[in-house]
Amino acid sequence: MNFYLEVWRQKSPNAEGKFEHYEAKDIPAEASFLEMLDIVNNNLTGTGVEPIQFDSDCREGICGSCSLTINGIPHGPNRGTTCQLYMRKFTDGQIITIEPFRADSFPVQRDLVVDRSAFDRIIQSGGYISERSGSAPDANAMPISKVIADQAMDAAVCIGCGACAAACPNGSAMLFVSAKVTHLGLLPQGQPERDRRVLNMVRQMDKEGFGNCSNYYACEAVCPAGIPAAFIGKMNREYTIASIKEAVGIAV
Amino acid sequence: MILDSKIPAGPLEQKWTNFKNQAKLVSPANKRKFDIIIVGSGLAGASAAATLAEQGYKVKCFCYQDSPRRAHSIAAQGGINAAKNYQNDGDSVYRLFYDTIKGGDFRSREANVHRLAEVSSSIIDQCVAQGVPFAREYGGLLDNRSFGGAQVSRTFYARGQTGQQLLLGAYSALSHQIALGNVTMYPRTEMMDLVLVDGHAKGIVVRDMNTGAISSHAGDSVLLCTGGYGNVFYLSTNARGCNVTATYRAHKRGALFANPCYTQIHPTCIPVSGDYQSKLTLMSESLRNDGRVWVPKNAADTGKAPQEIPEGDRDYFLERKYPSYGNLAPRDISSRSAKEACDDGRGVGQSGLGVYLDFAESIERLGQHTIEERYGNLFEMYHNITGENAYERPMRIYPAVHYTMGGLWVDYNLMSNIPGLHVLGEANFSDHGANRLGASALMQGLADGYFVIPYTLGEYMTTQFGKKTDPNGPAFVEAVESTKARVQKLMSINGTRTVDSFHRELGLLVWDKCGMARDKEGLEEAIRKIGKLRREFWTDLKLLGSPNGINMELERAGRVADFLEFGELMCVDALARNESCGGHFRTEFQTPEGEAVRNDDDYAYVSAWEYKGQDQPANLVKEPLIYEKVKLSTRSYK
Repeated sequence: MNFYLEVWRQKSPNAEGKFEHYEAKDIPAEASFLEMLDIVNNNLTGTGVEPIQFDSDCREGICGSCSLTINGIPHGPNRGTTCQLYMRKFTDGQIITIEPFRADSFPVQRDLVVDRSAFDRIIQSGGYISERSGSAPDANAMPISKVIADQAMDAAVCIGCGACAAACPNGSAMLFVSAKVTHLGLLPQGQPERDRRVLNMVRQMDKEGFGNCSNYYACEAVCPAGIPAAFIGKMNREYTIASIKEAVGIAV
Repeated sequence: MILDSKIPAGPLEQKWTNFKNQAKLVSPANKRKFDIIIVGSGLAGASAAATLAEQGYKVKCFCYQDSPRRAHSIAAQGGINAAKNYQNDGDSVYRLFYDTIKGGDFRSREANVHRLAEVSSSIIDQCVAQGVPFAREYGGLLDNRSFGGAQVSRTFYARGQTGQQLLLGAYSALSHQIALGNVTMYPRTEMMDLVLVDGHAKGIVVRDMNTGAISSHAGDSVLLCTGGYGNVFYLSTNARGCNVTATYRAHKRGALFANPCYTQIHPTCIPVSGDYQSKLTLMSESLRNDGRVWVPKNAADTGKAPQEIPEGDRDYFLERKYPSYGNLAPRDISSRSAKEACDDGRGVGQSGLGVYLDFAESIERLGQHTIEERYGNLFEMYHNITGENAYERPMRIYPAVHYTMGGLWVDYNLMSNIPGLHVLGEANFSDHGANRLGASALMQGLADGYFVIPYTLGEYMTTQFGKKTDPNGPAFVEAVESTKARVQKLMSINGTRTVDSFHRELGLLVWDKCGMARDKEGLEEAIRKIGKLRREFWTDLKLLGSPNGINMELERAGRVADFLEFGELMCVDALARNESCGGHFRTEFQTPEGEAVRNDDDYAYVSAWEYKGQDQPANLVKEPLIYEKVKLSTRSYK
């Protein structure tokens, strides 16, 4: 298969970027999108053009390194990560536009590489259960309903890629934050820090410059882990209750 | 050189308890004064960083990914073993210990493995307390499944994403410590060299992958938690960035590399489909709980659709050859059996390199819903990659490189022969012998980080009171300068070939000659060819761009340069071990039925290799394996 690529090239964080035109020739339909870029890069190197810089690591859809916007959609036309997108999804001769994830809080480092450290700082602000290694009770001491455990797992599968924020017209990270708040808030182990967790994480999210949710559901549509936007509502409720408890001095 | 494994005295069951009772302690006031450098943020690195920081040490943690949450432990699918005996099926610490020793084909250290089995239960407690959502039964208790090489159900899991959930648990603990200021995290920072001061590991040289800046960090001890070297084969289930550089650089500074030829070829991966492919995708071993492995009995049937081949014409070769373990035979044995079937001309799929993993019988017995619940995401992944629906048509699978049992040599305290240099997780050699059982990698990574190093680190730290290293000393200057020179050299070759082409050629070579089956002639040929390829690399590599700023080709070039040296060491090790054991199968040493022939009289030792200089043969140092508890026997899963 052959494709015409419009690829965002940007030398450094402060440099001006622009689209460059490349051709991807003789690409096998079974190749993944990133393997297509590998082939293009090897050809570029051959012709003396610096290869396109893009992040990828596990290439099996779980590490969350991919950060490409393809034809305007984070991770491209297939719901799933970019590395799990295969060229047979495209038509021969198609024009494909490739940009980095676009969100104010994810500054471009180079070409298609973005800085998503804001997500790490949000987790650091409260996305954990304070527990010292070696101090835990027996794992079966506290039965947890399968239904609750399954729901917690539905939230815990977030891969932290940032597609939600990149897809949102407001650049909101609320799907990401709500996934962690929901995961830990559902479990009995998460109760002791429940209020402070949601308060701190939402405040850190605001501090990082992410926007608010105004119910576009673009995040849900692109989320490769299938996190439902309903978790955002859950988080808003948790946040409201925790704020009231904080105001009267009974937040945990 | 004589290796002292520092195994504590006393009966096997008491060793770890005795050790802990007598372990040297560092007071809180002294812990604060120690800087610990941790390289890698996977299960071993993140759990060690979090736990040591909780204890009061000052930790600096480095990873090459843009976030510690992306370390490749995240991709582990199937589960984690623990001797909880929650299923009341007769499990015990001893059984987990014995299964691991036997699974490793009697080539691991008894005391280490026993300790691993002992702490396994605490790992599950720890993870549940962190909020890891393991699979549960309706009664609210934890669910288990079984894995290869075991006849009990001791594997805990979180759908097909256990590694992800365990890593995110460790990452959350690490994030907590970062927020408290006890850990300083350096993402997108790659270790380039180890710094020795008076023979002790006292720092590292790193390259900032965003700016290209090369600098050094001094500390009181260095912990390498940098994973395995499976990417020497180019195609593997490892992440693209996984590399041997940290451990190999330490090796060049004097750390012994143990058993590099012990590599694990995982039986259930999606077959290779073309030469553009950048990596292979694993299908979790847990699938073998409900999937049956077969090939047609007659080579003539391989082109037929699987459903057209009647039961009588199918060869369920694992069930036939190993009736008591069946489809859950250990990985090395299952992989080799698949290879034999394909070599016999009975492989399926276009390349002929594939066997069926069939769920029809389980779907009939349990219903599709149950299978979906157990493995839904794996079936989806398979569908996405191959375009085939495995609920209707059996999966095609083939073995692929997955894990490396070899690694830097460590003693019981997880310290290498370089004082102060500790090695954890897949990066060390200690627990899996010549073959690792499924669901044991997660167990070992977390055991090392949460429960072993926090106790054993004191043995070294208590010798270091008041000995602060000058971070600008001559050793640091030298290491930084030599790293800069190496980067400069890579950039200035100005040849014609891409990094990728060198890596691919190396990978094919070691896969052919040092993969699932090895022989003397092939290994000698590989050693010659790797040497030639390495010389070509240093004269004909083409690298564009600048060493300043993000340059991923440069990053890869540095890693491939190390693989080009390391690959040779792997073959040298394989050549020196004149026996077949676990993942190391020498075709000269097999029974007429094709089973491995081990040689305990001559090879019951750890091969630890000492670096002797560029293009000099490495020196073999042996650590004899002394078995007090277990009787060495021929491994049988029949």
